[in-house]
Order: sequence, then C-alpha cells, then structure tokens
Amino acid sequence: MNNVSPARDNSGRASLWTPSPREVERQVARNAINRKKILIATTSSILVLGALASLIVTSPGWQVVKETFFDWSYGSEVLGAISKGLIVNIRLTIIAAILIGIFAMVLALLRTSRSAALTPFRFLATAYVDIFRGVPLLLVILLIGFGLPALRIEGLTNSVLILGTAAVVLTYSAYVAEVLRSGILSIHPSQRAAARSLGLTSSQTMRHVVLPQAVKRVVPPLLNDLVALLKDTGLVSILGVTDAVRAAQIASSRTFNYTPYVTAAILFLLITIPLTRYTDRVLAKSIKRQNAQGAA
Amino acid sequence: MNVLEVKNLRKCFDDNLVLDDLSLTVPDHTATVLIGASGSGKSTLLRCINLLDSIDDGSIYLDGREISDPGIDVDEVRRSLGMVFQSFNLFPHMSVLDNITLSPIRVHRIPKAQARDEAMALLRRFDLADKADQFPDRLSGGQQQRVAIIRSIAVKPRLLLLDEITSSLDPVLVNEVLSIVRDLKTEGMAMVLATHEMGFATQVADEVCFLKNGKIIERGPASQVISAPQHSDTQDFLQRVHEAGRL
Repeated sequence: MNNVSPARDNSGRASLWTPSPREVERQVARNAINRKKILIATTSSILVLGALASLIVTSPGWQVVKETFFDWSYGSEVLGAISKGLIVNIRLTIIAAILIGIFAMVLALLRTSRSAALTPFRFLATAYVDIFRGVPLLLVILLIGFGLPALRIEGLTNSVLILGTAAVVLTYSAYVAEVLRSGILSIHPSQRAAARSLGLTSSQTMRHVVLPQAVKRVVPPLLNDLVALLKDTGLVSILGVTDAVRAAQIASSRTFNYTPYVTAAILFLLITIPLTRYTDRVLAKSIKRQNAQGAA
Repeated sequence: MNVLEVKNLRKCFDDNLVLDDLSLTVPDHTATVLIGASGSGKSTLLRCINLLDSIDDGSIYLDGREISDPGIDVDEVRRSLGMVFQSFNLFPHMSVLDNITLSPIRVHRIPKAQARDEAMALLRRFDLADKADQFPDRLSGGQQQRVAIIRSIAVKPRLLLLDEITSSLDPVLVNEVLSIVRDLKTEGMAMVLATHEMGFATQVADEVCFLKNGKIIERGPASQVISAPQHSDTQDFLQRVHEAGRL
C-alpha cells in the first residue's frame, strides 16, 4: 500500500547497524563467488572474440579487404567531407522529427476520436497509416523526389532536400502515429471514467488526463524511432542530397576505395550508440515505474 | 424534494440482465446505501446514474429533470454529480492539489487562485494539507481514497455516488475514509453508496436497499434491513457477511 521504502524512513537506524559475524562470513563467501564469475566472463570473452578476430585476420582475402575498407589514412582524409554530410543528416533529422511529431499526433488523435463530425477524417487517417506503413521508405522517397517535380506544379519546390525530407516525414508519421495511438489505448478506461465523472468533456479528458500519461509511456519506443529516423535520412542520398552517405559514395567512387563507407558508418554509430543506450535507460526506468505502480 | 429518482431502470450487458425494473428515490440530504453480493448490480446502477453506462429502459431524474433523455448534455449533468471509485482513479501524473483543482478550473471556470484556496481548505479539513504537492503514488491507499473524495466534492455536487470506496483498502485504513463520508453526511450531502461495510451502512443510511440479480429485494431503514431483515434472501446474504467477519 504505502510506497515509501523502508530504507528511506529508517536511514538513521540503518547506518547504525553493525553486521553480525555470520553476515561478515556470508559477505566474504559472496565476494569469492563474484570474483569467480568475473574470471569466467573475462576468459570466455577473450576466447570468443579472439577466435572471431583470428578467423577474419587469417582469411585469404583479409589483406585486400584491409586495404580497401580500412585504409585509415584515406579515411581521415575524407573525414571532413563526410562529417559535413552528417550535419545534413542531423539537421534533416531534427526538422523531420518536429514535423513528424505534429503530424503523427494529429493522425493518432483522429484515429482514436469518436466524434461523429470527424468520421471522414478518421477514415482518411486510417487509410493513410495503412498505406504509408506498408510502402518501403525508399520507394516513397523515389516517388516523391522524382514524381512531384515531374508534375511541374507552379510554386512547388524542386529542392531534393525538401522533397526527401517530406518523404521521410510522410512515412515516419504513420509509424509514430501508431506508437502514439497504442499509448493512448493503453491508458486504463477507469482514468477516462474518473475524468468524465468530474464533468470534463472528452477532448478535455484527452488533453489533460489521457495524453500526458500516454506520451510519457511511449517515450522509449519514440526514441527508438528517432534512432531509426537518423539512419533512414541516409536514404535521401538517392535523390542527390549530399549527406554523409552521398559524401562517402563520392569519395569512394573517386578512388575505388571503400574506407569512406566505413568512416560514415562509424560516424553514424557515434551518434546512434549513445542514443540507444539512453533509450535503454529510459525504458528500464519506465518499466520500474510501472511495476511500482502495479504493486501500489 | 427528491435529488434523484430512478424509475423502472433496466440494463443488460449482452444477454445478461444486470438491472431489472429497478426504482429508487433519494430525497435531498439523505443517504441511500446499496448492499448485496458482487454482481448484484450495485456498481452498474451507480454508473448508469452518472451516465457512464447507457440504459436499456426506464428513466432517471436529477432534481426533477430527466437525465436519461438521449439529447441531454452529459458533461453538464456530470457537473452536478460526484463519483468516487473503488480503485481511487486519481490521475497519476498530477499532484494531489492538481487532481482536486482540475475540474473546478477547467470545467467550472473558477479562477485558479480561488480553486487552489478552496482545495487547500478541504485538504486541511481532512488532515491532508501536507500531501498537497505529492503525487498519488507516494500516498497510502486510504490517503488516495480521501483525496479522491475531496476531488469529487470540490465541485460541490448535488449528489455523491460512492462505489465500494473501501473495498480495495487495508482494513486499518477503512475508517479514515469512512469518517469523511460520515462528515459529509452530517453536513447534509445527498449520497448513494454501494458498500460491504454493514456497520458503516447502519450509521449513515437513511435507507438501505438490498439488491439481488438487479432487483431491490428489500428496502427500509437500517434498523430493519440490516438488523431485522424480513426477506429470506436478505437474511442469507447478511448471514454470509456475518460468517466472513464483516458485520
């Protein structure tokens, strides 16, 4: 019932305690077991990783692969150009994420609304999500990047950067809308009943009671989508946007050395790995919080 | 004047008849207590009165106005009804104070400062002032339910609906919740409550209704229905409650 942990309440008394001889014995035994575990983990890691490394290094093609994929002097030579490209990816990700957030929220609200007046929009939103979740992003980029300019509509942009971003936004909004919708549906009906019984209208209930809880609950999957979004911005290179992927492509086609690709991959990893670690931490925290709530 | 009148109410869930031709009258400033086994229709009746569940036949009048009319503005009706649930249903993302002031500010358009002052006054009155800025998950079950009651009366409802508000509480926390209800009753708040606490029912009830299979089998003052039940079904039920040690 009461969630206040005993450790918090009794911190004064907890620090005054001296372990019994039996507890000291147990602690010594536990330390010995832990040391043994660490030793086993280290040995098995060295064995497995060492075997993998030696398999690669002793393979017949390793010398050639080493020269064409891991030529570090060439890698550092093209690092500047690829980093510049990566800034395009990051910018595109930030702008797209904001637009996706807005558009996806509209889609999710439409799909979960029960208002009679919104019926056609609800239908359209469902159709939209079905279509854009089902078509590969690369195809959407190609269709929009090459298709829209071909219409020659007055005033419509020809910028491949804008068209590419638009394609990414259209596709990702469908994914993110579904994540938001699942969050909205996961809020227990009793919360809605409580809000309605207080006289809140259904839109006030959504805004003040359901959405704040729903969004908080889907932060981890949304961060996952953000990582995926950053990687997928690399696909707009197909339209000729000079992002990190395109920059690497240009650099490697000049010398037929593939090190620039590896360099670009490492640059992406430098951003995505910390972001995924952070996502895992947020997820672990939210699971802990939900379990604590279940116990209360 | 009757606050609430329920006439020939009928409610089905698919093939299951939950409320069967049920009628009930609640005069102003009185408490009507619903007793009966789980599944007898107590909670459904309360949810129907609050328009959270639709009804299949009959009519419901609040202060003489029919609220079971299909064209009625449900949000407006609920503004004059308070409801407290078995599982508290506080909003976990809001502090205690925000839980209480949400409806006064958003629905009743009371200025923020005034709503907060009124909420603080209620919290002080029920010894919860120090919890105002806490979040619900830091409170005990009894404290949460007291906050839920305060939340429901902060909008000064005409009628309070209490749905087994102590059923999910630790026995030692039950009394702190019931004493608030006793206070409100003394003040003259009209209420309909479903409960398994027979001692409490005897203290607050002006009328006790024993429900079975969606029908009121026996009704009358507590001194009759609980202390000297006439109907054999009521006797059976109270005997079982007694054996469970709850009387």
